[in-house]
Amino acid sequence: MSRKLNTDLLIILIAFPILWFAPAGLKSYGLYVVSLWLVMSIAAMGLNLTLGYAGLTSLAQGAFLGIGAYATAILTVKAFLVGVVLGFPALRVKHHYLAFVTLAFSVVVFLIARNEQWLTGGVFGLANIPRPTLFGTDLGGGLAFYRVVLVVTLALTLVMWWLLHSPWGRAFQAIRENGTRAASLGVDIRAYTLLAFAIGSAFGGAAGALYAPLVEFIDPSPFALSASFVLLLTVVAGGAGSFFGPFVGAFFSYMLPELLRATGGWYLIIYAAVVLVLVMVSPTGLLGLIDRWRDHQSQRKAAAIRAAARPTLANGAETNPKEQGAAS
Amino acid sequence: MTRVLDVTGIKKHFGGVKAVDGVSFHVDEGEILGLIGPNGCGKSTLFNCILGQLTPSEGEVRLDGKPITGLYPSQLNRLGVSRTFQLLQVFPNLSVRENLILAGQEHKGTMLKRLFGPRDAGLTAEADRMIAFFKLDHLAEQKAGGLSYGQQKLLDAAMAFMAGPRLVLLDEPAGGVNLTMLENLKERLRAINRELGATFVVIEHNMDFVMSLCSRVVVMAEGKVLAQGAPAAVRANPDVIEAYLGH
Repeated sequence: MSRKLNTDLLIILIAFPILWFAPAGLKSYGLYVVSLWLVMSIAAMGLNLTLGYAGLTSLAQGAFLGIGAYATAILTVKAFLVGVVLGFPALRVKHHYLAFVTLAFSVVVFLIARNEQWLTGGVFGLANIPRPTLFGTDLGGGLAFYRVVLVVTLALTLVMWWLLHSPWGRAFQAIRENGTRAASLGVDIRAYTLLAFAIGSAFGGAAGALYAPLVEFIDPSPFALSASFVLLLTVVAGGAGSFFGPFVGAFFSYMLPELLRATGGWYLIIYAAVVLVLVMVSPTGLLGLIDRWRDHQSQRKAAAIRAAARPTLANGAETNPKEQGAAS
Repeated sequence: MTRVLDVTGIKKHFGGVKAVDGVSFHVDEGEILGLIGPNGCGKSTLFNCILGQLTPSEGEVRLDGKPITGLYPSQLNRLGVSRTFQLLQVFPNLSVRENLILAGQEHKGTMLKRLFGPRDAGLTAEADRMIAFFKLDHLAEQKAGGLSYGQQKLLDAAMAFMAGPRLVLLDEPAGGVNLTMLENLKERLRAINRELGATFVVIEHNMDFVMSLCSRVVVMAEGKVLAQGAPAAVRANPDVIEAYLGH
């Protein structure tokens, strides 16, 4: 476990400077695409917590993105609080029923964004959203703003890393794998379920707050129900419950379509084919492939240890050959 | 002798079916109490009523004299009532050590301390002691899902004892375990009772296992207590023989 913690941190530390300098030569469109990738990675990281680690199917992450985008100023607090409120159904309903509840919420948020013109500008949206300045330095240029996004992404990734490797992360996983057993070990299912939902939603809100100044114009359409579905696809394609899954997934569902635009009319067909193949080959996502390989290695190692230990345990534990066979 | 658990007049009715029909018994500190009875006699329902999985229709459960009837399983656990399940329930994707740390972490500090405190909630040493006690040393880093059935059963039991509980209820610990592993498990349970002074209740079908492990036995039949006392006396009781072999 401790070795794995370090690998995750190491990847973060190596990736950050690379990502800081790499897009320097890109034009504004390229910078927009890379920034979008990072923003969506944040939203996906939040959903990965809710879905991947705590096992709660949410179809509302796109709506939280919208709430964050529309309420940029007081973003995270708002999304967190709304997340707590929406988390309550998660205590009562599970799986597709929770999906239905969050789906309904998504539709409500979309309708508010579209119809409440005095607040959201309705279908005309809100234009000229300012980009931030820091100590008088204008951070509005493509590259500068990309770096703002990158720093926020780094900070939130570290927060998520800390959270998932704390006892909380262990409790989230335990609830997903076996809630009844977790409760019997003293894990407060209500508190942790609400927290997973609220923190995951807050990440969605934070992503929305970056999304608004990134595109400098928001209207309801990017936060429609389909946005939640794409985010769900992002988390699943990247590997639900694996730490870097959201980044891989966001590359897959936000950058790949842009790259495929070069193929003209073919791009949706190619993209659909890639999704189908991925789902068939690895239902646990792209990073799931690596995890499966790692499990395979460690199980072989465990089998070797058991085989080596067999003679010394002959008086007590392992003498049943059938059991040995079943375990390996 | 101090009474750890007091169960008084527990009834649980499902519609017209009286699954548990007025059961009373107690558990003394430091004893291993066996709860046996033929299939469908209401043992598991009674267990679930004590453990907060079900709310009893009538009756009261007290832990160290304080009423605990109707509390949530997680609350009961934090008060010191621990359990295992009939079917094996370890977390397959966590390592053996992580499983044990999970079993102890909610008993330490507040939610905030758990978030900002040490990653292992300061429990690595304690977990490794349990690992050594249940003879799983060479497997500490392995994922629990990769262990053999017997080893997972030991881990399952170790998790129940991790937080230093007041009382542990074991639901059919011998189910599906081969003979050599069974001896191993029995020997570990005896040792934990002797060395840590742990008090526990064991539900079992396996008569030999219960008779050789427990200091006292409660026999249930058709939702009621049929007999209780020392294993030898219970085994010789004609009502018990009738319930098990009769009809």
